[in-house]
Amino acid sequence: MTKTPHISVQHLDVHIGAQHILKDININIPDKKVTSIIGPSGCGKTTLLKSFNRLWDNTADVKITGKVLVDGEDIYAPDAEVTHIRKKMGLLSQRPYPLPMSIYDNVAYGPRIHGIRKKQVLDQLVEEQLKATGLWNEVKDRLNASATRLSIGQQQRLCLARGLAVGPEIILGDESTSALDPVSTAIIEDLFISLKEKYSIVLVTHILRQARRVSDYIIFVYMGKIIEFGPTEEVLLNPKEELTKEYVKGYIS
Amino acid sequence: MRKRKFEELFFRVLMILATIIVSGSFFLIVGTIFFKGLPYMNWDMITKTPGGGFYIGKEGGILNAIIGSFYVAGGATVLGLIISIPVAIFINLYMDGKRFLSNTIRMAFDVLFGIPSIVYGAFGFLIMVYFGIRASLLGGIIAVTLLVIPILVRTLDEVIRTVPFELRDATLSLGATRWETAKVVLRQIRPGIFTAILLYFGRAIGDVASVLFTAGFSDNIPTSLHEPAATLPLAIFFQLGSPVEEVQGRGYASALILTIIVLIITVLADILIKKFSKHKI
Repeated sequence: MTKTPHISVQHLDVHIGAQHILKDININIPDKKVTSIIGPSGCGKTTLLKSFNRLWDNTADVKITGKVLVDGEDIYAPDAEVTHIRKKMGLLSQRPYPLPMSIYDNVAYGPRIHGIRKKQVLDQLVEEQLKATGLWNEVKDRLNASATRLSIGQQQRLCLARGLAVGPEIILGDESTSALDPVSTAIIEDLFISLKEKYSIVLVTHILRQARRVSDYIIFVYMGKIIEFGPTEEVLLNPKEELTKEYVKGYIS
Repeated sequence: MRKRKFEELFFRVLMILATIIVSGSFFLIVGTIFFKGLPYMNWDMITKTPGGGFYIGKEGGILNAIIGSFYVAGGATVLGLIISIPVAIFINLYMDGKRFLSNTIRMAFDVLFGIPSIVYGAFGFLIMVYFGIRASLLGGIIAVTLLVIPILVRTLDEVIRTVPFELRDATLSLGATRWETAKVVLRQIRPGIFTAILLYFGRAIGDVASVLFTAGFSDNIPTSLHEPAATLPLAIFFQLGSPVEEVQGRGYASALILTIIVLIITVLADILIKKFSKHKI
């Protein structure tokens, strides 16, 4: 890699209470690719993902040392401005959590809080993002209906559109398909693949087949450490480390 | 095997009996008020203030107490909300990471919640003496506000805690500030706020002890905050204490009116909750 990547993690350590969750993490997330973080439950996958946009700020007893550079800026520096960092990343959580408002307002929420007021601009943004997530044709006639009326798969795509509407560079997905049926899962996976043209995508998943289907790179985390990082085929089919081998074969889970 | 069947039967009978006793006493209470009060119910009761000689059985009604009660309970609920919402938001959305402190505050409100309303009345009275306020509508509102704040805070607190953390994460990761996040959370709990308002309005309107020294009593409808105001619970209390049969009957009629008001509020709360839950996850 010649230029600096969007996300670069240097010597990151995370403690929650007495537990040492992440130990000396060093990683450069490849730009405009899908990178999956895999590993057994409780290994620190989600912690790593959430440390990218400082969502840990809201949790008690968390101690973070080291650096997470987003576009060269250390987001844990004392003078870092957190709302502007978070704006660069869209988060897609395990289950969709639409805001308690209409479909239109859900997508327009982000742009509005960042100061866009003109209806024309908002209309265009909403249409654009709903098209990008393949939802437009399904909802264009009921934009003012409550977002909670949508099916859970549609809600997840709406949440993705809502995240994209603030113009992020990075998409973070935290087991984003775990609450969805197979059809909706396939739609979301396809979206990730098509969206990597414009965005750098980091996913947490515990489904190896999913990691294989969608990702270009894989990070294998075990007991709070990065064991292996490399292109998908290499890590899954030809792992260098013994632990990765055991995990991929299903001996440890 | 027989023991198991007997156990099943025994507890089943116990539960049925308990249910009958509880619902039976409900009907007994409502029935008593209804049958004793109904003969004395008439339009005058709810459209007129006490005339001369009302308390020895002559003409008039208790409009003064109905209006007074609405003023006191309404004022206290509004004032209580204005104070409680920021407290509930603050301990939930701004004090994360300081769990010890927020739990201490919660406990303080739990203790306040357990204090009998007569103590709030006495405390409100002290405040009034300090500021030189006479027994008046304002005094009543202050005392009842003190009474409803702890319950309002704890109810709103519990409602806010039902909002999933992921919803806050969702707005925060869009770059929202805490206040913007709080506004979304408030929207999410709007049905809960309505329930809280109506339930505690119902409680405030029926409380006697807090208004006993603070609101005073008057046969006129108060026209300013500094005039004494009659309240329904006190009106019931005074009338039931009378030796005149006519006045006692009107006491039951007043109790019936209060019960109907509370009933209407409860039903209204139910309807509003359904109407406002449309965005519920």
